[in-house]
Amino acid sequence: MKYGYYPGCSLERNARAYHDSTMAISKPLNLEFVEVDDWNCCGATEYIALNKIPAFALISRNLALAADQNIGENLVAPCSACYLNLKKADHYLAETPDLKQKVDTALEAGGLQYQPGSINVQHLLETLVLDVGFEAIEEQVQKPLYNLKVAPYYGCLVPRPAAMDSFDDPEHPISLDKLIEKLGATVVDFPLKAQCCGGHMTQISEDTALELIRHLLKNAADNEADMIATICPMCQLNLDAYQDAVNARFGTDYHIPIVYFTQLMGLAFGIPAKKLGFGKEIVSSRAALEKISDEAPQPVKNSKKVQKTSSLPMPIMIEEG
Amino acid sequence: MNDKKQIPEQLEKVGVYICHCGSNIAGTIDVEDVAKWAKNNPNVEISRNYEFMCSNTGQELIEKDIKEKGLTRIVVASCSPLMHEKTFREATERGGINPFLFEMANIREHGSWATNDKAAATQKAKALVNGAIERVVHQVPLEKIPVDINPATLIVGGGIAGITAALELAEAGNQVYLVEREGTIGGHMAQIDKTFPTLDCSACILTPKMVDVGQNDNITLLTFSEIEDVEGYIGNFTVKVRKKARCLIEELCTSCGICEEKCPVKVIDEDYGAGLGYRKAIYRAFPQAVPGYPVLDKDNCTYFENGKCRACEKFCPTDAIKFDQEDEILNITVGNIILATGYDLFDARRIPQYGYGRLPNVFSSLEFERMVNASGPTEGHIVLRDGVTEPESVAIVHCVGSRDQNYNEYCSKVCCMYSLKFAHLVHEHIPEAVVYNFYMDMRTPGKGYEEFYHRLLKEGTHFVRGRVAEITDVGRNPAEEGKLIIQSENTLLGKQQRTPIDMVLLSSGMQARHDSEEVSQLFKMGCGFDGFFTERHPKLAPVSTMTDGIFIAGACQGPKDIPETVAQAGAAASQVAKLINQGTVMMEPVRASIREDECSGCRICNNLCPYNAIEFDDEKKVSRIITALCQGCGTCVAACPSSVIDGAHFTNTQVMAELKGLLWDVQPAPQKTPA
Amino acid sequence: MSEQFEPVIVGFLCNWCSYRAADLAGTARIKYAPNLRPIRVMCSGRVDPQFVLQALRSGADGVLIAGCHPGECHYVNGNIKALRRFLLLKKTLSQWGIEDERVQLLWASASEGIVLAERVNKMTEEIRALGPLRWHDKVLGDNGAIPIPVKEI
Repeated sequence: MKYGYYPGCSLERNARAYHDSTMAISKPLNLEFVEVDDWNCCGATEYIALNKIPAFALISRNLALAADQNIGENLVAPCSACYLNLKKADHYLAETPDLKQKVDTALEAGGLQYQPGSINVQHLLETLVLDVGFEAIEEQVQKPLYNLKVAPYYGCLVPRPAAMDSFDDPEHPISLDKLIEKLGATVVDFPLKAQCCGGHMTQISEDTALELIRHLLKNAADNEADMIATICPMCQLNLDAYQDAVNARFGTDYHIPIVYFTQLMGLAFGIPAKKLGFGKEIVSSRAALEKISDEAPQPVKNSKKVQKTSSLPMPIMIEEG
Repeated sequence: MNDKKQIPEQLEKVGVYICHCGSNIAGTIDVEDVAKWAKNNPNVEISRNYEFMCSNTGQELIEKDIKEKGLTRIVVASCSPLMHEKTFREATERGGINPFLFEMANIREHGSWATNDKAAATQKAKALVNGAIERVVHQVPLEKIPVDINPATLIVGGGIAGITAALELAEAGNQVYLVEREGTIGGHMAQIDKTFPTLDCSACILTPKMVDVGQNDNITLLTFSEIEDVEGYIGNFTVKVRKKARCLIEELCTSCGICEEKCPVKVIDEDYGAGLGYRKAIYRAFPQAVPGYPVLDKDNCTYFENGKCRACEKFCPTDAIKFDQEDEILNITVGNIILATGYDLFDARRIPQYGYGRLPNVFSSLEFERMVNASGPTEGHIVLRDGVTEPESVAIVHCVGSRDQNYNEYCSKVCCMYSLKFAHLVHEHIPEAVVYNFYMDMRTPGKGYEEFYHRLLKEGTHFVRGRVAEITDVGRNPAEEGKLIIQSENTLLGKQQRTPIDMVLLSSGMQARHDSEEVSQLFKMGCGFDGFFTERHPKLAPVSTMTDGIFIAGACQGPKDIPETVAQAGAAASQVAKLINQGTVMMEPVRASIREDECSGCRICNNLCPYNAIEFDDEKKVSRIITALCQGCGTCVAACPSSVIDGAHFTNTQVMAELKGLLWDVQPAPQKTPA
Repeated sequence: MSEQFEPVIVGFLCNWCSYRAADLAGTARIKYAPNLRPIRVMCSGRVDPQFVLQALRSGADGVLIAGCHPGECHYVNGNIKALRRFLLLKKTLSQWGIEDERVQLLWASASEGIVLAERVNKMTEEIRALGPLRWHDKVLGDNGAIPIPVKEI
């Protein structure tokens, strides 16, 4: 399957591991990612808040390029902010003729044009779980990540593309949970999985950001996660690079490696860790990865029959289809 | 009757009456002009306009004209036939001609009320009147069809609605079949601890009625049974009931309960126990169950698992256990059916951010009803999921799944009141506990309901007005550690708040039964998009359905509390009793018939009939319509390639004539005949 | 008065849903195009395609068939039969060059007066844009001399 690929600024620099691992797993999954030629920054989260029209024009330029370059109608963005911006631009251009008119003028100046709806913007996770599918991913697993306890972290942007349809539940997403389970790893309960990492608040109000990061780290640690798997460069950066600052501020001692879910996929597919960008993270993942064992843990049985205890039975959860 | 022979050789004498309906019609349509214009039709003998045709004087006008002017057909142009067709048919009959020689033109709902354009409305009225005149000329006298009413009644669902309706009818001396899917009657009301606002013990007021049902000779109680098929029509339904095997010979069972005691298998009771308690593999839902004999749950029975055990069989003093018992199919005939199939509680697991099923101390409302009941799994003690700790603080969350675009948009009506009841019960059981109600709006319309709210305000419940966004166990500070935290808005203070508490009760709304759509199709009556059954009229016929002889009562029609349910059940019973007392009903003669001598026997119509009312005569090789089964939809009439099926009162000739009349002003010029 | 073309649309409305929807539109005083001329039938399944053809031959510019929503038919599934016939009829009509907008099918329940009214408005606009049907020119050719075999009813 051929996809347009929009790496965004992060994947060229601090999230190199995300890019490398994405490329590494694309081959066994038969995915061809064709990078949009001459793409530009999506404006991240701030520009739209500051100056809407130029921000939308900036984003739309990427859509126009993608539509023009014969790379198929699907455009994959691994970065959450890029994904949301591209999807938002496409949505609001279709919905607001006034905006479209102004953006059209800007695009025309560069000899471009874009018809909303002609590009289908996907997050990488969406591409993997919906287009590739859990089954095809499971088939590629050669070295299951048995015994590794992973907290799946979605961040706040990907599950909530505002008024547009989300590919997962906005409050309680489960697609990454299921994907990690297919890799053989153990998914720990992580109630804060769709909450904010602080974003650029680290630059604006460190107090706010560190508090948010602390919540996330604490929640992962309380649930005994060996590592946090993320789908967003911003989340990875904040949780990884500011872990020391959190420890210093709050007197804690967290050492939770933050890795990209694609790195874990690559590992399970049997791709060498070096090719997947392991080692680029600040909190080392080495100790956690050593926990991976060859033997599958015993499955916990959910039985309707009684266990001897004074406690009341929990409601039986319905298997999610 | 041969369609072609209805074309009259001589002109009819049609009387046309244009109603003013005060200014309702005359304010928009030039009624005088229409009346004068109608006179141009050669079949029209007399054409009048009058202020209120439905008044006694208006009707007398018709009667007088028929007698004095020898009218043979009547057309009234006024409101919708659904409003006054009956009125004018009766007037026509009193005048001395067959009521089916009357036709109505709807120039109010479809005319004057639908536009402000006077010229266009008048033109449309002329078209509608002309259509009716052209049609009525081809109408033929018909007689209504009398149908005898079988005095037995089927009631589906043994909750409080079904119980009430069954007792009303049976105590009046009528035969009733009460069919219930579960092993006992009682329904949701049997699970509830107390009823609002009086705080009556639910079981104390319900079980005597259940006993009455069990003892009434006029009631045939079919529990653990389901309806498989329904055929027929008002007065004459044939219903196929599957009586599922209880693995027990009912006649031998003395309801001693030894089998239940000896059964070694204990499973979570998902139905009556709301998942909070346990039951055996052979069990009665609760000790007061009616009927009193148990049901064997084959899915969990050791004997059905591996052929061993048989403890119940060994210990049964009357040898009533019969493992190889098979389902029984019963065919019963009834004249009327009351559906009282109840509701499902909204499943709070559908809202993951509320944590039900994930966070141990989040409870559903039914779980709490069982918990607080003295005969429930905790003997009435309010405790956390660990089974021992009393909560120091309890939050009750309203509108779970209700008034929410993502789930059910409607207000579920009962939750505010039962949430208040929960708050009261917590205060009563644990006086020192802090109780919160998180509500959107407090809705307490009902006798004594608002007063109950005021009582709770005085009891010290904290009321927070705002939607709950999330319930989490992830604390942000030491005060929140080990607690559940309710993240909500407080719209009265205009801010977000986090409230740490020990226990959460989710007040889920009522929704239609998961299989209500299948049930509605089984009984051939309507259900809305939300799955609740559709009443014939939301105000004036709340327990009737569009299908004659089928009535609805209780929460299967929409969310309602016990008093409303009981009132509806009584209403449905009295509707049925009315029909039983009448003994016969007169059915519209709108029925299809086949002219056998012209039928080619192609059988195209045979499979089209949704009522299986068309049979094929193998000897004569023709199709024939069983008039008693025909409902008059006309699907077969439209399908007959030889046009030999007549749909009485909607014949091809009549519809074509109406069409011609309707298009009087746009008819293309007559064509020259081809050479 | 403006001289714009006012199409005549014949409506075959089923007794249980759509006729009541039209009643409700009136009762709720929803104003809509007066171009619809309704005929009541017991069920949309009663609508013989011949009725539609006859309406178009007799001067109507459009025909609206309206019934209960699928699954809500008073006669179980008469509306589905109407749908089948409708789709077949549309094929024939398109071969005669009769535009798609002229014959339409609508599901309108008894509570959907607004749905019916809005469709009548929309259909009136669409047919107004198309102009008169002129069956005899369009289907029968210039002089209308070639009769189409129509079932004698």
